Amino acid sequence: MSNLIKNNHIVDDLWTLVTLPAPAEDTVRKQAGKVVIFKVTGEPAATPAQLAGAVIPATGHVIVPLTLWNARKEELASRAARGKVGIWLESYELLEDLLASFPDINSLPVIAINFPRFVDGRGFSLATHLRTRHQYRNELRAIGDVLRDQLYFMKRCGFDAYALRADRSVEDALASLRDFSEPYQGAVDDALPVWRRYGRVSHHAGTAHAIQPSHEDQVD
Amino acid sequence: MYIYDDIDQRIVDERVAQYRDQTRRYLAGELSEDEFRPLRLQNGLYIQRHAPMMRIAVPYGLMNSRQLRKLAEITRRYDKGYGHFSTRQNFQLNWPKLEDTPDILAELATVQMHAIQTSGSCIRAITTDQFAGVAPDEIVDPRPMIEILRQWSTFHPEFAGLPRKFKLAVSGSRQDRALVQAHDIGLEFYLDQAGKLAIRVWVGGGLGRTPILGTVIREHLEWQHALTYCESILRVYNLYGRRDNAYKARIKILVKSLGAEEFKRQVEADWALTKDGPGTITQAEFDRVASFFTASRHTALPDQDAGYEAAKSANPAFAAWAKRSVHGHKVAGYRAITLSLKPTGIAPGDATAEQLDVIAELADRYSFGELRVSHEQNIILADVKLGDLYALWEKARTHGLATPNVGLLTDIICCPGGDFCSLANAKSIPIAQAIQEKFDDLDYLHDIGDIELNISGCMNSCGHHHVGHIGVLGVDKDGSEWYQVTLGGKQGSDASIGVVIGPSFAADEIPGVVAKLLETYVANRTEEERFIDTVRRLGIAPFKAHVYAKEAA
Repeated sequence: MSNLIKNNHIVDDLWTLVTLPAPAEDTVRKQAGKVVIFKVTGEPAATPAQLAGAVIPATGHVIVPLTLWNARKEELASRAARGKVGIWLESYELLEDLLASFPDINSLPVIAINFPRFVDGRGFSLATHLRTRHQYRNELRAIGDVLRDQLYFMKRCGFDAYALRADRSVEDALASLRDFSEPYQGAVDDALPVWRRYGRVSHHAGTAHAIQPSHEDQVD
Repeated sequence: MYIYDDIDQRIVDERVAQYRDQTRRYLAGELSEDEFRPLRLQNGLYIQRHAPMMRIAVPYGLMNSRQLRKLAEITRRYDKGYGHFSTRQNFQLNWPKLEDTPDILAELATVQMHAIQTSGSCIRAITTDQFAGVAPDEIVDPRPMIEILRQWSTFHPEFAGLPRKFKLAVSGSRQDRALVQAHDIGLEFYLDQAGKLAIRVWVGGGLGRTPILGTVIREHLEWQHALTYCESILRVYNLYGRRDNAYKARIKILVKSLGAEEFKRQVEADWALTKDGPGTITQAEFDRVASFFTASRHTALPDQDAGYEAAKSANPAFAAWAKRSVHGHKVAGYRAITLSLKPTGIAPGDATAEQLDVIAELADRYSFGELRVSHEQNIILADVKLGDLYALWEKARTHGLATPNVGLLTDIICCPGGDFCSLANAKSIPIAQAIQEKFDDLDYLHDIGDIELNISGCMNSCGHHHVGHIGVLGVDKDGSEWYQVTLGGKQGSDASIGVVIGPSFAADEIPGVVAKLLETYVANRTEEERFIDTVRRLGIAPFKAHVYAKEAA
């Protein structure tokens, strides 16, 4: 079965994710004797050897790393023109680099953001920037270490597709999109904080319980 | 205080259900240790040396008596009948069972409490002055803004996986008692030249391994923009803060490496897009939240009470307590008082279930049923009538809550240390107890006067040793416990970081070292000079010379 959730449904995945071969020499970082895999924001995501060695399927829809697109654009250009190329970013890559490659990011049918580990929250801010500052409207997909306990946050930051980690139940994960029914703060999915969504009662008004939806207080 | 509506209550209830399921999946083997760890941490649950430790949120240190009685009940039912007030104004259980933690959270939810974001790499509980709302030097009560910030930061989706923990403090008084310069973000309210309320924004302060005081990145922020501005600071930090090394992952390192100017430029560039957007706080929302804190409950009273004065004259023990434990109040005839959780022989900040019940009763009888936790790990009753002070003292004293040492040497700030905490290099509680035992002469303590002695069991600095006038830090040298002493740290508007006086000491040497530091002070002080003033005037040299004199000879 597919492990892809899109718009709150389990759907078949049209897209093939193209990854880079492992680098020849692993740049291992250590902190307090423990190996970590985090990279600092802005670090190069691939070596020339990795880019040359990457295997791109001859047909079908592909999501390729941004670095691979930039290195092998000619190979991919005609497919891209037919809407069959999406781009994925590492959590440590810069949106500026994506924008430099695609002046109109809405020409991309899919942008995916990799979560190397589920605790790496950079993807939340990347998604927020894509949806708000850069007005990206097409599919925004979370890939990598995508687990159910983060889906609700991803949804609120503007993701609409989640490629759940292969060893996890996608049905269970669907339920987590509804972990909370009424969040406090505004985010991408609903820009209004709760006090602009409802007329909440003050202390002197007593402990009234009826919560009326409010359409006032819109700020331009 | 703030009272939940249906929306607040539902969020807390849904959290209990979510956490209950996460714990179930962990116990069933569906979640690995590594996967469960960040989930339980963001719910205040650490796995510690002996058992899990659970940190319960006390937003800005404010509680009512019903909540406190619930905590007492929880310590009896799920723990060993006592709990610990921490330097973050929170409440910690030292011995809960992992399997019980969802039930504990469900109990807490019945009294509008939770453990959300009391740990983990997220926005932590926001702290302030323990005298908020009653301090005579207050410009604005900071609690409404903190409650608005609390709600905004609760499950903020963008900041659920920060590089490291993130702490905010808000100050609303002329004298800073919230340590705004020692937080990731410090918001300092002041009145601008036009007499309007504004916020000075400090960023990048922190204690820990690399102690550093914050930098002002915006001198004047209109309060309406507090959320959007903080959001931009956090966004820049979330994207660019280091994640390859936990010791370099706090925002202070990012601010230092970019430079405050460049950091500010990036924040303001991001903020330009959200300023005046829906996150802008409306007057209506501010007033709604403020309404919970402004209820006028005080009776008109004269600012003196003959009975109180007579009791002080007649009873020297009461007078000694009043001198240290009674604080000014903005309303005539009322005082704030501190109940000391620092009697000799008890871990600083610990309270038994029986004491919690007594405090709840005192709060009900004398202080509108509310109490506060201070970051000095004591309890404050903020609204006590002058005429009630003697009766309150008598009752508090019989329950070990009226040691007259508030603000004195034995009012030690101390983390749980190596007895409980798995991060610690060294024990801290026995050091505090040894100092309390050596200096148990109250006349001497009162003669020494205002002094702050802070102890941390490791460089994570939960005991705030960097800002103690005397700081003690446990260090590990070849597997044994040693203690480094710093001098000249200070909290407040004129904050400073203490300087290490020299090579570290064995545990049993520390009380003697403290004695020598005090001797140097007594020999050199001028009239009216507090310990910290003498240290600032003379520098550490004479103190150091006296402490190490014997070794040199």
